Amino acid sequence: MAGLLEVRNLSTHFSTKEGLIRAVEDVSFDLDAGETLGLVGESGCGKSVSAMSLMRLIPNPPGKIVNGEIVFEGRDLLKLGDEEIRHIRGNRMAMIFQEPMTSFNPVMTIGRQVAEPLEIHRNMTRNKAWTICADLLRRVRIPEAGKRLQSYPHQFSGGMRQRAMIAMALACTPRLIIADEPTTALDVTIQAQLLELMKQLTRDAGTALILITHNLGIVARYADRVNVMYAGRIVEKATVRALYADPRHPYTVGLMASIPRLDQDVKRKLRPIPGQPPDLLHPPSGCAFHPRCRNRIPVCEIHRPALEKASDGHEVACWNPVREAPPCC
Amino acid sequence: MTMDEETVSSDIRQAGDSEKEPAPPEFETGRREPRRSLRTGIRPILYAILHHKTACMGILIILLLTVMALFAPWLAPHDPNEQDLYHVLESPSRRHLLGTDDVGRDLLSRVLFGARVSLFVGLSSTVFSALIGIFIGLVAGYKGGAIDMLTMRITDTFMCIPGLIFLLVLAAALGPGVHNIIIAIAALGWTGFARITRGQVLSLRQLPFVEAAHAAGASGWRIMFRHLLPNAMAPIIVAASITVGGAIMLESAAAFLGLGVQPPTPSWGEALRVGYSYLEIVPLFSIVPGLMITLAVLAFNFLGDGLRDALDPRLRGEAQKIV
Repeated sequence: MAGLLEVRNLSTHFSTKEGLIRAVEDVSFDLDAGETLGLVGESGCGKSVSAMSLMRLIPNPPGKIVNGEIVFEGRDLLKLGDEEIRHIRGNRMAMIFQEPMTSFNPVMTIGRQVAEPLEIHRNMTRNKAWTICADLLRRVRIPEAGKRLQSYPHQFSGGMRQRAMIAMALACTPRLIIADEPTTALDVTIQAQLLELMKQLTRDAGTALILITHNLGIVARYADRVNVMYAGRIVEKATVRALYADPRHPYTVGLMASIPRLDQDVKRKLRPIPGQPPDLLHPPSGCAFHPRCRNRIPVCEIHRPALEKASDGHEVACWNPVREAPPCC
Repeated sequence: MTMDEETVSSDIRQAGDSEKEPAPPEFETGRREPRRSLRTGIRPILYAILHHKTACMGILIILLLTVMALFAPWLAPHDPNEQDLYHVLESPSRRHLLGTDDVGRDLLSRVLFGARVSLFVGLSSTVFSALIGIFIGLVAGYKGGAIDMLTMRITDTFMCIPGLIFLLVLAAALGPGVHNIIIAIAALGWTGFARITRGQVLSLRQLPFVEAAHAAGASGWRIMFRHLLPNAMAPIIVAASITVGGAIMLESAAAFLGLGVQPPTPSWGEALRVGYSYLEIVPLFSIVPGLMITLAVLAFNFLGDGLRDALDPRLRGEAQKIV
């Protein structure tokens, strides 16, 4: 089946005064319609830059997509003109941002902002967009939706704003929604509600979802497939089931060992990954993870491993992948 | 001032009452509400201004001047251009409350009519300056890079030109008259607006909501005018108010030099110039127009001051608590 989105060898670099930062390097992945893909990794590993690259929202300068293809609905987004890409943003592909508190214009009502994609892409009049917006707010379970359209962002709570943001993303029924850490700024109970809502709404509409997060729990529950990123590269790709049952990359194993689990002896200590995330200005030679890796072998310092098939639908970039069941399970 | 307070508090009471009403069907509220939401946005600002003593004074004086300008034909006891050569340079009398000028025209009438020129020039030149400056500032701040560089250097260049000398040159080139004065003031006044707008845009465009608007597919113009400009309005409004005062001052200076409104149209600056020669005979002839200019400039500066305090939510804490 032809995928909705095919990313091939995407590289996004930033030139700074100190030097070139390869924020995203040689990233490839596919996404089918209606599928949910999790993108996991620590802060600064290139998750958000990948997402912004998909939307072509990388500020240039300093950033630049230097290489690759992003084929979305059969068209290479990197070859489109500014006007054409604008018609895809918010229309075929929408984004949900990390900070619901600041992602709304403080001087515009929620209604006008939720209506904005409709006004831009569907040439709708204010009145017509208004009724659709009331309906959208109802779908994201905002009580008294029609009345709430008149509210300003500061009159909404964080959870409500994120709901409104989801409504705005859904306005033009896009084929793909990119959610960049959509629940990081919210408290845990709201997180679960919102993710559940997002999952349900995208399933109903057949919309694909890229869920960017550093929370493995969220990925386990809501994603179909997972890409684990480290220092700008994908180090492991698998279905959720395979990744949790049989993680291969030492980094993935390390991530899993560093979160507490309910079904485990509470006295067992968490094992954090030693060391610091790599400095992308001076990335380590060979495999970027080798300075922190438990399974390091001499070749890791010299050559970078490529993604290789470990089992069906499971790829890992490691010279010495973890083979036994990880100690955490 | 007490009256103003009363209107505000009754306003609040009304708004509070209407919220308790059972909500009408949703679509209807959708249509009816825009006015109310506008008021929720403006009400605390209005409240803050009405509690700012100098701002109230400014507003009062501006209202007074506006009434003078609008209703001059009805308020003036005489035709401002009617000469009476038997009664020149008279001191105040019952017939001429402020006396007469050098050709026997009623000074009070001329001062009343003079408000028209000053306000017209002050407001219209500010509007033109603001339009030009806001546009240039928006584009420079939003586009950045070479465009920003170029426009800001042009702005700097214009800022270097001394206002009065430019006024003289332009009047010499285009001839004296109100319209040329407005052009001259606007041609120099836009720089302040451009700088303020650009500064605002530079800090605003970093904010996530601008990125969110990009992600929604908004075009550059849409982002500039619908997202950035409304957020940048507060300091622009403050600057506009103070610019009006400055423009009135410049207009009077031009008229004082004989470059502004041409006689016999009454103008404060022109009256000041003529009256200046008779300072020892009839002091009121120059003192009254001078006082009017001072009052007008002060009033707009007061208003600007009050607006600055009112539009800055950090200085508005007290007022907001009550609302």
